[in-house]
Amino acid sequence: MKQLIIFNLIFTISILTFGQDYITEVVEHSEENSKCFYCHGSPTYSYYNDVLERKVTKRMNPYFLVDSNLYYDQNHKSFDCIDCHAYEFREFPHDNTLQMEPMPTCLDCHEGDEAMAHYNFESINDEFHESVHSTKHSDEFTCWMCHNPHSYKINARNNKNVKETIIYDNNICLSCHADINKYQLISPKVNPNVIDMHDWLPNQLEHFAHVRCIECHTHTSDNVMVAHHIQTKDKAVKKCVECHSSSSTLMASLYKFQAQENRRKYGFFNAAILSDTYLIGANRNLYLNILSGVIFGTILLIILIHALLRILLK
Amino acid sequence: MYLYPLWVRLWHLINALMFLILIVTGLSLQYSSVEYTIIPFNYAVSIHNITGIILAVGYVLYLFANRFTSNGQYYQFPIKGMAGRVWKQARYYAYGIFKNEDAPFPVAIGRKFNPLQKISYVFVMYFFMPIIIITGIGLFFPDLLPDKIFGMLGLHLIDLLHIFMGFILSVFMVVHIYFCTIGSTPLSNFKSMINGWH
Repeated sequence: MKQLIIFNLIFTISILTFGQDYITEVVEHSEENSKCFYCHGSPTYSYYNDVLERKVTKRMNPYFLVDSNLYYDQNHKSFDCIDCHAYEFREFPHDNTLQMEPMPTCLDCHEGDEAMAHYNFESINDEFHESVHSTKHSDEFTCWMCHNPHSYKINARNNKNVKETIIYDNNICLSCHADINKYQLISPKVNPNVIDMHDWLPNQLEHFAHVRCIECHTHTSDNVMVAHHIQTKDKAVKKCVECHSSSSTLMASLYKFQAQENRRKYGFFNAAILSDTYLIGANRNLYLNILSGVIFGTILLIILIHALLRILLK
Repeated sequence: MYLYPLWVRLWHLINALMFLILIVTGLSLQYSSVEYTIIPFNYAVSIHNITGIILAVGYVLYLFANRFTSNGQYYQFPIKGMAGRVWKQARYYAYGIFKNEDAPFPVAIGRKFNPLQKISYVFVMYFFMPIIIITGIGLFFPDLLPDKIFGMLGLHLIDLLHIFMGFILSVFMVVHIYFCTIGSTPLSNFKSMINGWH
């Protein structure tokens, strides 16, 4: 009996503690979308071939595969597929000409969107058009080159784990800059090797793990949380003190969101950085600075008085 | 009397030079700024790393030398009565020196250091130096440090400890240099560390 009570107690606590992970969120349009995921969520699909007069099975183009787990965990998870894609996609097999459909950009929906005003999409769009991605490439470079419409999830505002944000955001850059196939969609150039290009950077791995590419490669502004004004490489941050100082630029980029909440905690300059890492030069402490100055000054004063007395009383 | 053998003088000279460079570059890194620069950050990092490695290698050689030569004996003292001897020496520095009293523990062949020197050198060489070197190695290989130590960022705690030790050793250096002026003449002790004769 006693063992049964203990078992029940453990079971109940387990359900209360871990059970929440298994509660499935019911997402709008998931039923309609499931018809799309039937093929686009599987490595193969089948259709009836009128010419052959039989059912054929083909392999799904891997670039047309959509991970439903990622889809239902992203910003636009409540969307019906045909909110963005042509209604005619409901018909199967799809008409081949549908592949040429123009895709909407962020501003097509979010321009003047008061509910999303805090994201400042207009400024993001302006920054993007000033960036090398827009000025040096064709119109094919759209929002979707970086923000995968089927999986993109905002991080900087929502995720308190800065390291996860760094990995997520850097993977967006690396999805082109470390993948020649995607890179050459918009540029005939050979993709430069990211590691070799940053040979000059000391503690390269530490830097890559603790800052995002955009920290050094963008021009920041007050209007936009995550800078989109990617600059040419000659304008990238190369002076260490731009980050390693009390006026660290990281507070205007990576730690912008946290910085609005706490700037100087327990006397540490740029305290928001300390939630994730420690930055020499940027995280000195006001109180310890004063205390060390007072101690050092007092010792020098004692030495001076001692020396003077030695001379005078000789 | 010949008190300081060549290896001690060479080690002391290298140690002092590295110490000065480490203090200047360390301060430059700690107080790095966009507006004013003591030494450009990237140069300060490289110089600090190189001088730190030289200091650490010198320290290991010093430990070996102290273990296998007679120099190590100067750092040994009986605990019993030490407080009284330290007080006697401290009183001399704080009072007796102004009354032209004789030094209570004058330098001799078997007594290179007075009790106050002994205790401070033991703390500096066998306590503060290992900590600053080990934390320095940790900062040189930050990816090897644990993420958290006592709930605090590992890198932050190690750096605070490194800077704290750096501060203590900087204070020691200033006091040490000043006390060296207390000899038969203000420069006599400095000369001794060059020619070896006291």
